Parts: sequence; structure tokens; C-alpha cells
Amino acid sequence: MTVTAVRKDPQARTMTLDAEFDATPERVWQLWADPRQLERWWGPPTYPATFTSHDLRPGGKVEYHMTGPGGDQPRGYWEVDEVDPPHRLAFRDGFANDDGTPNLELPMTIARVAIEEIGRGRTRMSIESTFPSLEAMEQVLAMGMEEGLKLAVGQIDGILAGDAVRVS
Amino acid sequence: MQIAPPDFDRMFGALADATRRDIVRRAIAGEEGVAELAEHYPMSFAAVQKHVAILERAGLVTKRRIGRRKVVHANLDGLRATRRLLDRYEELWRDRIARMTELIGDTKEARP
Repeated sequence: MTVTAVRKDPQARTMTLDAEFDATPERVWQLWADPRQLERWWGPPTYPATFTSHDLRPGGKVEYHMTGPGGDQPRGYWEVDEVDPPHRLAFRDGFANDDGTPNLELPMTIARVAIEEIGRGRTRMSIESTFPSLEAMEQVLAMGMEEGLKLAVGQIDGILAGDAVRVS
Repeated sequence: MQIAPPDFDRMFGALADATRRDIVRRAIAGEEGVAELAEHYPMSFAAVQKHVAILERAGLVTKRRIGRRKVVHANLDGLRATRRLLDRYEELWRDRIARMTELIGDTKEARP
């Protein structure tokens, strides 16, 4: 189990999750910094994500859509607030309309990612998500995630097999 | 997809207080009335009554008549719904972490 701790604070509407990887901080950073790698984990296998722009700089924008089994394509975007490779990333994750413009009627989730080396080639990544309201959390969960949540970890092996991403 | 009742913020607001969380914990056994509950806390009966009222409005507890007594009962369905929302968000990220781990493992194997 790579997830080592989960803290949920209903009052602050925050969930913090710590995970440890058998990799360097630079390698873990690549999971966020390389859009082709990001695509392989952001959405569940039934709702794969496609990142159409990826400007990972403070003030930059990242745009993506997910494609569901029925062809539905929910869209989202990040507004990047803080970037300090390979240790820190902060962004607001919002919903977009079909034409890619931000849907300001739906709430944004604030995400803070911290990546640090913990020795012996291992790295800890903490992700803190803050929701403006519980309704916001509900909407995020409703965004094409239902199917993916049901998939066991083992079932994605086949999808990744023979399709290895190389770090250049 | 309806996974939560509409008064979620009220529920979480009610659970944001340590005394109220403790009242809910005791109300799961469902054996005490407001007066008995009040004995557990260094505050007035009226203050505890107010806490119970907030929990009642949030749908987290109900008062039930048992014989001549009125006991405070936890609404387990309401509690479960509240937890479920946070649990599902946790699950979403656990799945993402699992995919990240696979990806890192993949990369290692792909290297000579």
C-alpha cells in the first residue's frame, strides 16, 4: 500500500492524502509535469483524460477533457498558482464548458501538492484538496468518476502493460 | 447522480463541534435523554439542549419516546451519508495514486 496516511477535516472541507513512492522527487514530479504521463493517471481507465494545454507556470493554465464510455467529454482546467519543481505545485481545478471556457457556476477545488525525499530513494507526496463547499465535492465526484471508482487496482495492469512511458 | 442529501453543509457544520460529535457518539447507543447527556459536559443543560437542537436540525439525531422518557438517538443513515462523501473523494485519490505507482513501476521496467 503506497498511501500512508489520509486526513479528512469536514470542518475545513479538506482532505489530505500522503503517499510514498519508490522513486526520486524528480521522477514523481514528472507525473505532473509531463502531460502524457498525467493523462495516464488523472482519469480512471473508463474516463481517460486528454490534456490539450499544459502551461505549468504560476499564472499558467492547464486544460483537459475526459472521455467516457458513451462518448461524453466532461472538461476541466487548472489555474496554476505555484510551481517549484520538483517539490511544490498549487493549482485551482475547475470545470469548463463544452467550448473550453471556464464554467464559473461550478466551484473550483484548491489542490496543493508537496513532494519530498524521505531517504533510501523514496519520496513522499502529500496532496491537500480544499473544497469551497460540500456541494462542490459532490460535483467533482459526479464528474464521470463513478465507474472508475469501482475499478480495482489490479484491473488497470492490462491497460498499462506494453505501453511503458520512458523518462527522457 | 444524487449521492448526498441537500443539507450537507448543515450536517458538516453540526459535526464541526467537538461536544456535538461526542453527543452523536453517545446517541448511537441511544439510551440517554438531554438531561443525562448534559451530565457529561461542563456546561449548562440549556447549552447541551442547544447542541442537541443543532444536531436535530441537521438530521443527525432524533428524539424518541421510550416509555415516559425521551432519548436522543443518532440518525445512522445521515452519519453514513456524510462519511460517504469524504470516503469517495479519498477513493478517487487512492485510485490515482495506484495508477501513479503503476506508472513509476512501468518506467523502471522499461529502462535497461
